[in-house]
Amino acid sequence: MLERQLRLSGLEPFVLTPDIPFVNIGERTNVTGSARFRKLITNRDYAAALEVARDQVENGAQIIDINMDEGLIDSRAAMVEFLNLLAAEPDIARVPVMIDSSKWEVIEAGLQCVQGKPVVNSISMKEGEEQFRQQARLCLAYGAAVVVMAFDEQGQADTCARKIEICARAYRILTEEVGFPPEDIIFDPNIFAVATGIEEHNNYGVDFIEATRWIRQNLPHAHVSGGVSNLSFSFRGNEPVREAMHAVFLYHAIQAGMDMGIVNAGQLAVYDQIAPDLREACEDVVLNRRPDATERLLEIAERFKGDGAGQKREKDLSWREWPVEKRLEHALVNGITEYIEADTEEARLAAERPLHVIEGPLMAGMNVVGDLFGAGKMFLPQVVKSARVMKQAVAVLLPYMEAEKAANGGSDRQAAGKILMATVKGDVHDIGKNIVGVVLACNNYEVIDLGVMVPAQKILEVAREQQVDVIGLSGLITPSLDEMVHVASEMEREGFQVPLLIGGATTSKIHTAVKIAPRYHKGAAVYVTDASRAVGVVSSLLSPSQQAAYVDNIRAEYLDVAERHERAEAAKQRLPLAAARANALKVDWSGYQATRPQFLGPRIIDDWDLADIARYIDWTPFFQTWELKGVYPRILDDEKQGEAARNLFRDAQEMLARIVEGGWFKPRAVVGFWPANTVGDDIRLFTDDGRTTPLATLHTLRQQVTKRGDRPNVALSDFVAPEGCPDYVGGFVVTAGPEESEIAARYERANDDYAAIMVKALADRIAEAMAEMLHERVRKDLWGYASGETFTPQELVAEPYKGIRPAPGYPAQPDHTEKLTLFRLLDAESATGVRLTESMAMWPGSSVSGLYIGHPDSYYFGVAKIEEDQARDYAARKGMDLAEVERWLAPILNYTPRKKDEAA
Amino acid sequence: MTGRLTPSPAFEALNRLAAERILILDGAMGTQIQQLRLGEDDYTGHGSGHACRHHSDHPQQGNNDLLILTQPEAVEEIHYRYAMAGADIVETNTFSATTIAQADYGMQAAVRDLNVEGARIVRRALDRATAQDGRPRFVAGAIGPTNRTASISPDVNNPGYRAVTFEDLRSAYHEQARALIEGGADILLIETIFDTLNAKAAIFACIQAMEAHGRALPLMISGTITDASGRTLSGQTPTAFWHSVRHARPWSVGLNCALGASAMRPHLAELSAVADTHICAYPNAGLPNAFGQYDEGPDDTAVQVADFAREGLVNVVGGCCGTTPDHIRAIAEAVAPYSPRKVPEYA
Repeated sequence: MLERQLRLSGLEPFVLTPDIPFVNIGERTNVTGSARFRKLITNRDYAAALEVARDQVENGAQIIDINMDEGLIDSRAAMVEFLNLLAAEPDIARVPVMIDSSKWEVIEAGLQCVQGKPVVNSISMKEGEEQFRQQARLCLAYGAAVVVMAFDEQGQADTCARKIEICARAYRILTEEVGFPPEDIIFDPNIFAVATGIEEHNNYGVDFIEATRWIRQNLPHAHVSGGVSNLSFSFRGNEPVREAMHAVFLYHAIQAGMDMGIVNAGQLAVYDQIAPDLREACEDVVLNRRPDATERLLEIAERFKGDGAGQKREKDLSWREWPVEKRLEHALVNGITEYIEADTEEARLAAERPLHVIEGPLMAGMNVVGDLFGAGKMFLPQVVKSARVMKQAVAVLLPYMEAEKAANGGSDRQAAGKILMATVKGDVHDIGKNIVGVVLACNNYEVIDLGVMVPAQKILEVAREQQVDVIGLSGLITPSLDEMVHVASEMEREGFQVPLLIGGATTSKIHTAVKIAPRYHKGAAVYVTDASRAVGVVSSLLSPSQQAAYVDNIRAEYLDVAERHERAEAAKQRLPLAAARANALKVDWSGYQATRPQFLGPRIIDDWDLADIARYIDWTPFFQTWELKGVYPRILDDEKQGEAARNLFRDAQEMLARIVEGGWFKPRAVVGFWPANTVGDDIRLFTDDGRTTPLATLHTLRQQVTKRGDRPNVALSDFVAPEGCPDYVGGFVVTAGPEESEIAARYERANDDYAAIMVKALADRIAEAMAEMLHERVRKDLWGYASGETFTPQELVAEPYKGIRPAPGYPAQPDHTEKLTLFRLLDAESATGVRLTESMAMWPGSSVSGLYIGHPDSYYFGVAKIEEDQARDYAARKGMDLAEVERWLAPILNYTPRKKDEAA
Repeated sequence: MTGRLTPSPAFEALNRLAAERILILDGAMGTQIQQLRLGEDDYTGHGSGHACRHHSDHPQQGNNDLLILTQPEAVEEIHYRYAMAGADIVETNTFSATTIAQADYGMQAAVRDLNVEGARIVRRALDRATAQDGRPRFVAGAIGPTNRTASISPDVNNPGYRAVTFEDLRSAYHEQARALIEGGADILLIETIFDTLNAKAAIFACIQAMEAHGRALPLMISGTITDASGRTLSGQTPTAFWHSVRHARPWSVGLNCALGASAMRPHLAELSAVADTHICAYPNAGLPNAFGQYDEGPDDTAVQVADFAREGLVNVVGGCCGTTPDHIRAIAEAVAPYSPRKVPEYA
């Protein structure tokens, strides 16, 4: 069932729902209402005119009224030009427009320019019913709602009775004859000036309000609007009095059912805050309550004229005047730390116990943050900033709570639940986990964070000791998937029943459903897409009323996911390895002459300049880390996330500047080149150009999915020349250095998770930028096969260059253990300090490694799933047990490996 | 809008069928035509087929709509294969048959013939199919977006400029819609809408064409969400798009092209929640690979489209780029067990 509601659109929808008491239509892009806008349009200064529109939208206008009716302007051309320009500004065009003109030809020209659903303002029966019908039909064919003026052949309706009579007639014609949807009809029963000194005008306010009441009660679904500024026309020059009159009028008209209006929101007093004597005088005038109302208002009007509308909006510190609870809320929602210690202290002095400050105003503020985040009105970086404010406030209170506890054993604060979080053994990546931790802590969960590289036994031990309610596991590299399965099995074995949350870049709903959930029957294993979902998931899991149904739902969903996955996989045909090899990429090597690199073997690169690296940063993934989805730099202008993105970017630039100036990181890198030739699906490296003494073998994996047409089944070895044709392969390891963890830890100790996460996110970006920079240097200089290349750092993001740098453990070569060969060849640990964990993750986390392949036909691809024949062949080539190969390649096996004893 | 006109007989038949089950729309035309590997002479009908009586100085290879006149047997065969694969509604090969789109080929003069014949060919193919199995089928006159945008400037330095006006589009669409109706189209389908203002011009024209015809035909409207931003090319969200076209009182609204089924799902769900009319979805067979080809097999696509049906999101499903008669067959089978979405009504 849908409600009949006025549904408009710009780029985004607007629905006039009952919870919107009043739609304020911006009127500053109206040449008849704004002298400034008239001047801009007359001077054809459209850029400034657009700024006026933008300002209105930023200040909350839900619809903007556009009117070009001015004798000196070609109104039709100006309407078309302005609407076309406006369409190119997404932050303005997101709201619907009201096409406002007294000339039908201007309205129709405007209707032909807008893709959304606009409002026409206005049509009427001024020229008779036939023209009214005709224009209404066209409005409907163009897809517009209409404002209908209470105007007929005899003129504008002034009394309540005339207004009602005309609106009722128009409504009948529109709904019964034209087929106009009643919810798309907006009546304007004419607001006229009151307090003009002419007695007949005194009841105009009441006439409007009473007609409004009748329309809303008798003409179903129709709306009522009006131009409010007319009302106070006789008080031109006295803004405070005009504002008060408007506020009073609206207060009563809205109660009667007026639900839209053209009001300058910047010039509207708050009804409750009008001086009582002024308010009463205005009310007397608007409601025509006494014969001398006009005189009385005139009498006091001078008093309020004051300095006019002298309030400029500078940096708004008015919130500092608010009560302390409201100040705390404001600081939390806006992430302001400046005053938090003093405000918290003030709240503590006023509270009976320090705990009450947390449970009272601070949690109330965080609830507001949680609601806004849940509603998509705040974004992750803002929430993390709010958390920083919260932590600093709690830090002020903590000593008092400790003291209280020491004195009388007072109770602890009651958390919503206890969550253990850990990055699993062998993995070092923790940005995502830290963000989830912060978001949960914001929502009053107690988070026990065990850090990175945490073994299963440690996780279970702490979980039992602390009696946690939920365990959350995180991981970024593929071997961590297996480790998570292991943790799940151990939880099952030891009889745990608490929910197990799974998150991190390589995790997925499918993996959780297929591999983890079946190992943990006693509790629920739940995949969490991102930090914004974490709170919802945890609160459902811990809610006594929702828990059972929620878990049942997840279980059913995962069973379904697993079944569908199995069906889809079964449907995909894969080739036997021999057939895949027969369909390898066939590069024409005849006549190919590989460039010889400047040196063979490894070389340390230590002339890094952080400022230089910073120029190579690709910012898009940085925003992804913070769950802002979009492409840099466009994301900065995104209408929804733009503000959050700009603030985040500014903070990032500030910290980056400090990193560069302070030389916080000590970037290191090593790069090497070796003579190489392909042998089957492997790449053999030699000690020197003689190519007689093998140095090492790089093993590669081949795609086995059935290809259509003439597309090949590729392996990395296809991109390197076979024996008889000299070729080379390179390798590298870069790292931003180990300093990041210590710096992040320092911020954490200072209760600044925002900065801690920021520094880690930047370290990651710096390592990736180094990889990009080094690759460029390799192509242009160290290997030198593309010495003439001239891409800017921004262009490099799209990888327009020749050659690739595939990393072991990523789609083109999913086997992480190939890093061992690469690290040995480069002597990487002593050259850069980067170590491999037992899961082949690189420590420090902000490190990147890979091979260099230079052939112009090389490209990035995904090996995807492989069959047992290839796993066996690969194991034999690598000299590894099949079982071990199967363990490392578990995520890409297209079959279920046999148990150990069978596999031998 | 056309509520004041008497509905056409097909309108009622379509409503009856749609109340019973999820209806099937056909799949990609271009993909099938590509496989014929036609050359310039095949396109003009001078090598094989029927010589085109409309003259143009431009090369015609790639002008797929022209094959209606020059290779009618081949086009009919494709329609027939879709009909036999289970399509209830089959689209005419007239995606670009407007004076605006045909201007690229210098073939504006052929527009009326293309649409009249385009509809007749589908009718013939469907009648052959119906003769075999007795199932009723419907001709949908396909109305594409043209290659110009009415609300986006092609010149970044001049954002107020427009390469085409509402009136240009309305008059081109009007010619197309009238010819489609003349050729026997049961339905008018405005599809692959990347700029809603173009679609609004098409709606305006279709309303006029139906008024001239004296009967209301079912109007299907299908937008295109271009990427993960979840918006049309011209920047609208699915709900904003619906608000912009609802005045047409379309028989269906939905999405096609640009995305594979799983990527389309959230946007479809959004539309399904707000639109008080039938919902129609015909996604691509996944995303194109680096070679511009579509890898997704019939079963892959069908599994995802079946999800739409299982969740009660759709009344009509079919395929867009990369789909084949095999995809349509698989989709028809996959959605068969599910009931059509119940069209929400206004309180």
